[in-house]
Amino acid sequence: MNSKGASTSGGDGTRDSSAPRRNSKKPKYSKFTQQELPACKPILTPAWIITSFALVGLVFVPIGLASLSASEQVVEIVDRYDIDCIPEQFQKNQLAYIQNSETNKTCTRNLIVPKKMNSPVYVYYQLDNFYQNHRRYVKSRSDKQLRSTAYEQVTDSCKPEDKANGSAIVPCGLIAWSLFNDTYKFSLDSKVLEVNKKNIAWKSDQDHKFGSDVYPKNFQSGELIGGAKLNASIPLSEQEDLIVWMRTAALPTFRKLYGKIEVDLELNDKITVVIQNNYNTYGFGGKKKLVLSTTTWIGGKNDFLGVAYLTVGGMCLFLAICFVLLYVFKPRTLGDPSYLSWNRNAAGHPS
Amino acid sequence: MPGKRRRALHLCEMGSFPCARPPPAGDGGGGAGYSRVVYCNDPGCPEATQLDYPGNAISTTRYTVANFIPKSLFEQFRRVANVFFLIVGIVSFSPLAPYRAVSVLLPLIVVVGATMIKEAFEDWRRKKQDIEVNNRKVQVYDGTRAFYQTEWKKLRVGDIVKVEKDEFFPADLLFLSSSFDDGICYVETMNLDGETNLKRKQCLEVTTTLHNECSFHKFKALIRCEDPNEKLYSFIGTMQYQGAQYPLAPQQILLRDSKLRNTQHIYGVVIFTGHDTKVMQNAMDPPSKRSNIERRMDKIVYVLFSGLVLIASTGSIFFGIKTKGEISDRNYRWYIRPDKSSIYFDPSRVALAAFFHFLTSLMLYGCLIPISLYISIEIVKVLQSTFINQDREMYCEETDKPACARTSNLNEELGQVNTILSDKTGTLTCNSMEFVKCSIGGVGYGSGLSEAEEAVRRGSQYESSELKDPPISSEGYNCAAVTRKSVKGFNFKDDRLMNRQWIKEPQSDVIQKFFRILAICHTAIPLVNNSSGDISYEAESPDEAAFVTAARELGFQFYERTQTSISLHEFDPNIGRKVDRTYKLLNILEFSSTRKRMSVIVKTEEDQLLLFCKGADSVIFERLAKNGQEFEAKTKCHINYYSEAGLRTLAIAYRKLSVEEYKKWHEEFLLAKSSVNADRDAIVDETAEKIERDLILVGATAVEDRLQKGVPECINKLAQAGIKIWILTGDKLETAINIGYACQVLRKCMKQIVITLDTPDIDALKKGENNAIEKALHESVAKQIRDAHSQVSVLKGSSGLFALIIDGNSLAFALSRSLENLFLDLAVDCAFVICCRTSPKQKALVTRLVKRSTRKTTLAIGDGANDVGMLQEADIGVGISGVEGMQAVMSSDFAIAQFRFLERLLLVHGHWCYRRIAAMICYFFYKNITFGFILFWFEAHAFFSGQPAYNDWYISFYNVAFTSLPVIALGVFDKDVPSRICLKFPSLHQDGVHNIFFSWPRILGWMLNGVCSSVIIYYFTTSAILQQPFNKDGHGAGTDILGAAMYTCVVWTVNCQLALCLGYFTWIHHVFIWGSIFFWYIFLIIYGSFPPTISTTAYRVFLEACAPSPLYWLSTLFVVISALLPYFLYSTFQRTFFPKYYNIIQSVRLENH
Repeated sequence: MNSKGASTSGGDGTRDSSAPRRNSKKPKYSKFTQQELPACKPILTPAWIITSFALVGLVFVPIGLASLSASEQVVEIVDRYDIDCIPEQFQKNQLAYIQNSETNKTCTRNLIVPKKMNSPVYVYYQLDNFYQNHRRYVKSRSDKQLRSTAYEQVTDSCKPEDKANGSAIVPCGLIAWSLFNDTYKFSLDSKVLEVNKKNIAWKSDQDHKFGSDVYPKNFQSGELIGGAKLNASIPLSEQEDLIVWMRTAALPTFRKLYGKIEVDLELNDKITVVIQNNYNTYGFGGKKKLVLSTTTWIGGKNDFLGVAYLTVGGMCLFLAICFVLLYVFKPRTLGDPSYLSWNRNAAGHPS
Repeated sequence: MPGKRRRALHLCEMGSFPCARPPPAGDGGGGAGYSRVVYCNDPGCPEATQLDYPGNAISTTRYTVANFIPKSLFEQFRRVANVFFLIVGIVSFSPLAPYRAVSVLLPLIVVVGATMIKEAFEDWRRKKQDIEVNNRKVQVYDGTRAFYQTEWKKLRVGDIVKVEKDEFFPADLLFLSSSFDDGICYVETMNLDGETNLKRKQCLEVTTTLHNECSFHKFKALIRCEDPNEKLYSFIGTMQYQGAQYPLAPQQILLRDSKLRNTQHIYGVVIFTGHDTKVMQNAMDPPSKRSNIERRMDKIVYVLFSGLVLIASTGSIFFGIKTKGEISDRNYRWYIRPDKSSIYFDPSRVALAAFFHFLTSLMLYGCLIPISLYISIEIVKVLQSTFINQDREMYCEETDKPACARTSNLNEELGQVNTILSDKTGTLTCNSMEFVKCSIGGVGYGSGLSEAEEAVRRGSQYESSELKDPPISSEGYNCAAVTRKSVKGFNFKDDRLMNRQWIKEPQSDVIQKFFRILAICHTAIPLVNNSSGDISYEAESPDEAAFVTAARELGFQFYERTQTSISLHEFDPNIGRKVDRTYKLLNILEFSSTRKRMSVIVKTEEDQLLLFCKGADSVIFERLAKNGQEFEAKTKCHINYYSEAGLRTLAIAYRKLSVEEYKKWHEEFLLAKSSVNADRDAIVDETAEKIERDLILVGATAVEDRLQKGVPECINKLAQAGIKIWILTGDKLETAINIGYACQVLRKCMKQIVITLDTPDIDALKKGENNAIEKALHESVAKQIRDAHSQVSVLKGSSGLFALIIDGNSLAFALSRSLENLFLDLAVDCAFVICCRTSPKQKALVTRLVKRSTRKTTLAIGDGANDVGMLQEADIGVGISGVEGMQAVMSSDFAIAQFRFLERLLLVHGHWCYRRIAAMICYFFYKNITFGFILFWFEAHAFFSGQPAYNDWYISFYNVAFTSLPVIALGVFDKDVPSRICLKFPSLHQDGVHNIFFSWPRILGWMLNGVCSSVIIYYFTTSAILQQPFNKDGHGAGTDILGAAMYTCVVWTVNCQLALCLGYFTWIHHVFIWGSIFFWYIFLIIYGSFPPTISTTAYRVFLEACAPSPLYWLSTLFVVISALLPYFLYSTFQRTFFPKYYNIIQSVRLENH
């Protein structure tokens, strides 16, 4: 009787049973709508945990070693000169010294090369506690004006360094106005070391952000002189110091490329630097440093990345080993039904 | 037909808005509710035009072309987040803005625009539907001699229209005459209430003669009736015609959107047009329900707002301090010219500057507020609903109905259901009645076993096999199994009655009366199948169909009904063959839930006046005559036995009437019927009461309502999932208990606690005074509850399970304020609760009580109009789109065809949706916090000056481009375990009940993870890319490079984080996640190639600076992996040492493969 029932019960028992199903509302089958798309279902099984930790460790440690060694290969000379370059009598009143245009700002420093430095040796100035990322400072420029003479008068964003003596300043704005103006002259054994100041800016800045027909105009002619003056006969696109400076730094401690020394420096070479100490960092407690550095594939000297890679990689390897030990000594099937805790709470069926 | 049905479903959604609907036509002097005047066949007369009723055109759109923009914008900006972004957008035009205004406004425009397009599209669809409806054709009388065709929208109140067979009625009409001589017609009201049976309408006697075009020439009448209202089943009015007043009843009203069937044509007068029609008055928004998760999400948005204000003000305070310090000697930052500062940075007016800075910060950290969250969730939920609608496992072959998510708001709530409140009839059972037993003249007939009886017998077998699936072979559970019986609705076996053997019974005259009553006392319509000559019946309730069928099977075949007569083929034992007998039908006293009985008054061929009555036993027994109680005791005994067997019983009685008595009553009855006021129904009932007395009992019937397929299994699963099940039914206590056994809600091992007021000592109490009784009953219920409570608490620890059974009367007291809490405490401790003899209102009250007191999610499931209150009250209403019409479905949030689909709806879709939405929201907050906090760390290193770390456009694209699609994929497709496992381990559902995926610790954990990621990303990136040369060419890294590198890390981290917490990786996920990351690079290249005035710091930053530098790539790899490590570590430890339930299930699955 049962089997007979089953054979006929597939049909429909309700009213319009005789009517044929012309357009049934049965949803069409597709893997998408039935949510049965083929998929991988990653579950953190012990094997996966161990594998992923080990993998991270195995990838990170070599990278760490490579970057650390690259960083170690870099030779870097850092010389802070802002304090030392102030004559004894002005140490009490640094501000007066730096703001006085009469005082002699020349200062000579000697640097010893600690290791052979292959050319090119990059020369940087480093400023500390200088907020090039201050919003007022960052916004105080006119990209249009820098780009083309047609927009010479577009200086709204440059206040308060927008106009001087009633006409527009080119380049306007606080950034340009505060251009760094210390200069360095290097000599090795009283032989002048040429500093190449070409190609120190990003190519795209030179080609597309600073116009080749835009010449400095009315620059540093206000009542207060900020930083460096510009040669009015050289177009902005050639003023690489300005271009480098205008690409604002992200953090209050930053280095800017000053130039390149294109000869090798040998171990224990004594380099003499004649510094024109013009730039005022004394007013806000900033520091000035001169940096000579070589580069490798990873850039300059910074051990952080290498050390960090090694640390994280090592930690992951350690964890991988811990998990291996854990599963060797205390194997536990995750799928143990005795952990089905809700079952015990579920209001329902005691067995 | 499918289209029509869908239209019916849309009624509620069409959402008529107050402003779209003209105000009710109040004509000044009109009293409350009954002021409408209709000048029939003269719509153009001055009086009629003065009334100024609205036309017949309808508009269900929310917006018009003119008001779309302002109105939809207004709707959009009711969301706090949108307003915030609008204000930010406006302020960003001022110099306060850290970014360019357009980049702030773009995401807002995209989000608002997308939502508005969605609105416009939906509205456009409604508009199209309206136009189609308004332009349907109908024939209207031109006032002279002919009918002409016109559009629906041009109809006016008072017009006479002609409707042909199978056409829809264009407005609410007064039925004047039909192609039948006796002035009846049949209508189908599926679009109104979903009922597919034919309803008979009857015009007034005086208008039946209006048959042809000419007769309307002189027809003039005045109708006074009720004002437009939403009651589909009532109508009160009078017609003044040829100097006389005629009462109008719902019988004469043809409602708009119902359909003329089985009738050639009808004529009618338009009474209500357009939005005044009852169907339009019914169309309103269902009460909008919001899910728990969404409510909590709002709170989180507020938390984020306060977080935003907090970090903004922290920044401002520091900014103030630092700026003030600028003037001091050692800190004079000459390069920003503090001496010539604008107000925003003025060290001499620090307070003001700090305030402006605060505004700037609000803009800067605006990305903490997930602007695209709402729209993303909406998209996800719509797609989830599609999955529910498209699920083939929830499609019912028999009725051709798929599941239907009518709102998408509550998908995730399905996964959190703690209590199910279920109706019985039609929900657990098929609601297709079978006549199985009867008691006639004190003798019981019928030898079949009911399901409940079988279940009780089998009961012991189930005890041992609880956790396993019950045997599938059980023959009774199959709905479709009904078809294998030779006759639908008839499952009666008794040789004493079948095959005309009843004439040999000692009381064959009583048996004859009994079946005659069954064949006559009903409102069914016979449908004769032309080819085979078979007769089937269209009845208002399945019980009735079962009775008529039973009468037919036993030799009393009802074959014709006219307005005034009922004809039977009857077996006459005296002659020994079949004869045709026609009974003149004098009155029908209709069934209603308050009356609980129906009667007909007929005149036999012998001119005898008889009243036949069938009704609930309690009602009938009260009205028996002194000499009619002959069989009372035995019948009562049988009825009790039947209800214990889970059958529905009705008592059958009759009465002989004298002509005088009838005449006197009939006049009174007519008067009552023609009264035009609100309590007419009560007056009619009262009058009917006067004749339904002194009845003579004949017997009782018992019909069985079969359980739906799979109900016991489904209930078993739901119970295993820890869901409490309450059954709310209108049945008697015994029936309810037996149904409980049949569907395995009750088991023999359970301790039953019965709270009832139906005990002898209570009966004794009833003799007293009203107030005293109340008090005594209250006391009694209180005592029973208290006793039960102590009993439960004593045995709580042991394995004993309790089932609470309470009847409607006691429930009324139990729900009173003083006992409410005690009752609920008791109910919560019981695994199952059955409330029997409950009224629809009590159902809703119980639902509210449970919802309010347990503070857990409740789900109500039902199929009938009596469940509507319950469905709307519960957190989730599930309607069964079964036999009893569509009212329940129309007010439900989800509609399924059969109860057993509830299992899949809750355990599979509910579980998935809950997990998905919870994960999605948590992740959303994570990604925005990660992003926002990096900005804060950067600002802290930028003098708190409000300088953003990234280029403007990076920020605006974050939410709309680089992170939007993967999170949607997470919300739509993710699943922890496949559906098979969800069903195999129902206790997974408890995750949702305990809300472990969206608990505050979890939310805060994700937020913490976000902060953690931001710290790692910011500090590691800045440490790796410090002041040292960035590449081999010795260039340094500026804001541009650091910003791009940091942003790269963010995009990678948040997308990989998503990949980490995914449990289900399809190609869609791969495309979205890796595509988003890839798109960032593409974006960077494209944006970087715009002229520098547009791209500013992003100009060629990738191609020239980042891409060639190994440092960039190495730091990306390192930072991303490190930022992911905390979460990865946490989840490995949690999985290994404190596995969650679903973790274990996942592992079980893995091992079993």
